[in-house]
Amino acid sequence: MNYIIETKNLVKSFGGVHAIDHLSIRIPEGQITGLVGPNGSGKTTLVKVLSGLSSPDGGKILFSDGERQKILPWENKTYSITRTFQQIRLFDQISALDNILVILTERAPFYSLLERHSEYHLKYAEDILKKVDLYDKRFHNAGDLSYGQRKLLEIGRVLAMDANIILFDEPFAGLFPEVVKKIENIISDLKQKGKSIVLVEHNMAIIRKLCNYLIVMDAGRLLAEGSPEKVLSEKIVLEAYLGE
Amino acid sequence: MEYLYHILILISMYGILALAQNLVMGTTGLLTIAGAAFYGIGAYTAAILATKFGFNIFSTLFIAPLAAGLIALMVGESFARFRDDYFMLATLGFLMIFNTVARNWEDFTGGSYGIAGIPKPHIFGFVFDTPLSFMWLSLVIIMIVTTITYFISRSSFGRVLNAIREDEDALSVFGYKTSTYKLLVFAIGAALSSLSGVLFASYLTFIDSNLFTVNESILLWAMVILGGLAKNRGALLGALLLIVIPEGLRFIGFPVEFAALLRQCMYGLLLVFLMLYRPKGILGTYKL
Repeated sequence: MNYIIETKNLVKSFGGVHAIDHLSIRIPEGQITGLVGPNGSGKTTLVKVLSGLSSPDGGKILFSDGERQKILPWENKTYSITRTFQQIRLFDQISALDNILVILTERAPFYSLLERHSEYHLKYAEDILKKVDLYDKRFHNAGDLSYGQRKLLEIGRVLAMDANIILFDEPFAGLFPEVVKKIENIISDLKQKGKSIVLVEHNMAIIRKLCNYLIVMDAGRLLAEGSPEKVLSEKIVLEAYLGE
Repeated sequence: MEYLYHILILISMYGILALAQNLVMGTTGLLTIAGAAFYGIGAYTAAILATKFGFNIFSTLFIAPLAAGLIALMVGESFARFRDDYFMLATLGFLMIFNTVARNWEDFTGGSYGIAGIPKPHIFGFVFDTPLSFMWLSLVIIMIVTTITYFISRSSFGRVLNAIREDEDALSVFGYKTSTYKLLVFAIGAALSSLSGVLFASYLTFIDSNLFTVNESILLWAMVILGGLAKNRGALLGALLLIVIPEGLRFIGFPVEFAALLRQCMYGLLLVFLMLYRPKGILGTYKL
């Protein structure tokens, strides 16, 4: 199995508390990797570090072409990483369509000054909104959408980014079953396209259904990793996480 | 009639400032108080170059934006790392430094005596020395500035600025180096503001440091918030209203000193009222 990202002894502390404590994990390429653990186990902090929103205090992040002490957020385009947020973070006071179009914009400021989005970009953005059932809401401000629609728009932004590594931070939380189904299908499609996905999730049924690989964290440390069947049958995981 | 031209000149000058302020504050969400400083940099650049080095005011319409833009790039390099209240405090600090320099660097700025005798612009032998001709010049420049700000707000760059205003962190994880965008728009806003300073210096023929204080920046805030943040026509409407309404106070019969104080109170009350009851302003679609 090839691995698209590895961490070696990654450490992130907040006021003396180790949110991530010498964590060494591997994210398989082209698979859906579940990332589970009790609340406060460091899952979201790990996603923040891997997406550049938080700088680690120690350790390394290894990519296929080298290692880094940290990732800067604007380097996500270079490393082809994107993410969703546990607490939805959209650009609320601009339209759903503009939320997608901004992801399709040239990253160089001077180029973007002269850029006008072509029919191609517009159609691409509209196709994404159709995929997430938001085409009819394309001119509505993101902040005016319902919770489920906002979750879907975040997924739409991820689709627009077309990155190879996608970090989903609890994308199913608080959603109706039909929206859950919709997002499950989108994530499965992304895997079919060869994307490497990290899925932070508490729902074990979804983890069992979607994931090929599972990482269990507890108190910032790696508790277990491997296939979901194997990991979820380990006594240490059952005790620490499932309370069985 | 000349009074009408005078009002139109003032509306144009403050319209330019409001458009620049709106670009930085409304479109990008950067709470800047430095507007008056770049307005002053434009005015002092024109005044110094024209009175000490014999430059035509017309040429300073090109030099002042370069000077203000360069200064904005230099100070903005560190400002771009700040956000929200911290950015506001940093720009307030810059305005205070500018004022201190303008008041004390007597050889260049004339200190508290200011600079007098600033000439009118002239081109191909035509001197813009009447209110009517100066009004046309001001209108042409505000049209150019309106076109530039319209072009920016309609470009992909403008959409990125909106996204920065909404959630800078969330945008950065999509591969944007947001500090570069913030720096660039800060410099563009400074360059545009300086154009108004050039017009102002030449129109009044006299400037001193008291003309570019935090009061001017508060007036710009009031203009863009009243008209409507993130809308060019909102900024223009705000400038129009906050020039015309105070002018109306003259005709009510208040003593001049009292009218000036009343104007400041009106701006303050207006800001509080708008924040409470109409945070999007009259034409705006975005609230702070």
